[in-house]
Amino acid sequence: MRKFYTLLLREVRSYFHSPIAYVVLIFFLIIAGVDFYFQVSFMNQRQVQYTVQEAFFNSVFFWFAFVLIFPLITMRLFAEEFKLGTIEPLMTAPVRDWQVVLSKFFGALVFYLVLWVPPAFYFLIFQKITGQAAAHSAGAYSGSYLMLLLLGMFYLSIGCLASVLTRNQIIAAIISFCAITLLFFLGLVQFILLDVSSATRDLLGYFSAIEHMGTFSRGVIDTRPIVFYLSMTVVMLALTHQAFQSRKWRL
Amino acid sequence: MIKVENLTKRYAGQAAIQDLNFEVGQGEIMGFLGPNGAGKTTTMRILASFMPPTSGRATVAGYDVFEQSLQARAHLGYMPENVPLYNDMRVTEYLDYRAALKGVPHRRLMERVGDVKELCGLKEVEKKLIGTLSKGYRQRVGLADALLHEPDLLILDEPTIGLDPNQIRQVRALIKNLGKQHTILLSTHILPEVEMTCSRVIIIHKGRIEACDTPENLLGKIRQAGGVVVEAKVGPDNGVEELKKISGVRDVIVDVDGEWKIFSLRVESGVDVREEIFRLATDRHWTVRELTQRRATLEDVFVEITHSDSI
Repeated sequence: MRKFYTLLLREVRSYFHSPIAYVVLIFFLIIAGVDFYFQVSFMNQRQVQYTVQEAFFNSVFFWFAFVLIFPLITMRLFAEEFKLGTIEPLMTAPVRDWQVVLSKFFGALVFYLVLWVPPAFYFLIFQKITGQAAAHSAGAYSGSYLMLLLLGMFYLSIGCLASVLTRNQIIAAIISFCAITLLFFLGLVQFILLDVSSATRDLLGYFSAIEHMGTFSRGVIDTRPIVFYLSMTVVMLALTHQAFQSRKWRL
Repeated sequence: MIKVENLTKRYAGQAAIQDLNFEVGQGEIMGFLGPNGAGKTTTMRILASFMPPTSGRATVAGYDVFEQSLQARAHLGYMPENVPLYNDMRVTEYLDYRAALKGVPHRRLMERVGDVKELCGLKEVEKKLIGTLSKGYRQRVGLADALLHEPDLLILDEPTIGLDPNQIRQVRALIKNLGKQHTILLSTHILPEVEMTCSRVIIIHKGRIEACDTPENLLGKIRQAGGVVVEAKVGPDNGVEELKKISGVRDVIVDVDGEWKIFSLRVESGVDVREEIFRLATDRHWTVRELTQRRATLEDVFVEITHSDSI
């Protein structure tokens, strides 16, 4: 376990040592800030049926930034080690492959969660200033943050897999960006194609990140997406582990 | 310490190394020589459990590098070629991280990191970012890393590549010193280094072992075990004819420098013909200004064995 913590600590540190981390942080804060500002001004102008929480997590701004950050966070994970050759000292130390894979995944997850700390304060500040709750139940808070965690884990694991497949960070970023975007738009198909059968529509609904976020940010915690995202994360990490081990295949 | 049996590695059907067999005993410093692409790095990577062999097996400290890779890795310190390091870490931070990764116990970690920094002369750069270090210091960080967990065996892939002569001398002294406690397998291009530090040498060429012996024996074995250079004014004599008559001389090549003739003699191994030449010269009234025996170096052995490449 100590080796895992050692690896994890290095992963987290290396995020904050690299300029990419700060670029992502700033870029993300700007978009989250603009998103929040727009939603609040919009609500100021007319009567709406939803909470600030719901509005914030279901806007175009949010999804645009959201889909984009994962490739940026995960592209360097393995690709950089392959490129620099640091994978050689790493894997000739007595560490297991899964320790490396998990430490990279959780390192990315820690960084991702750090991104979500400042927006959490938006709602507190909103509540303080307006005297109105951003959301009327704790469920809406925990629901939306739980969905962020679940989606984050799934998309980060896709990024891990993309990064382990190549030694080029740009290629890793493109692979994960395509995969995440396609998955995301799969959930939009039901809004675009009107003549599909309701069964297909329901089926696609199970994969729809937007729909899941919509439900969770209203405070409705559905177990189906929880199972779906957790199991898909495990599958992606298992594939990453396999791909990482492939250098040890006797060919 | 190391036992290699029929080790073969193929990349896309092409053999990088083929049927290697050798052993390195406790306390030996084994030199691994060969031209670029001979399979040195491949062999070392297999021994360090970085990749598996296609067939055959290798054991390190009694552990199979593939089946018991974790234990094998715990017993060896490996310094890869060109020493890849995390450029965003500081020297001490990196060594602390590596020590923890290699399972150095908490209470000994500070002491070990301090020791290797002392040993490798890293004290003055301990707070620097690795990315800003010179090549020589990077090399030393790599060596310090390999030593952290007090491994029984050190595998060093070209430890002196890219260093200046002073640094090479320092690293060489360090390696020789380490050889007192550790078994070492090191690869290099620099032949004097091997002659000076290694107790045995393996010469590998095109993925096969061409020679495996002590440096002295290798030198003794080579056919043109050196030669003699004579520079003389021979007057009316031809020179070559007379020199060829001396027993032990195989061949004479002549070169002319004004009125001086420079003879390069190939001599059978273990024979010293200089006394005969001196007598010949006094008999024939030659004026001699040079009479030297050229000793065969490991370089001659190396070129002899691998020369098919160098044409």
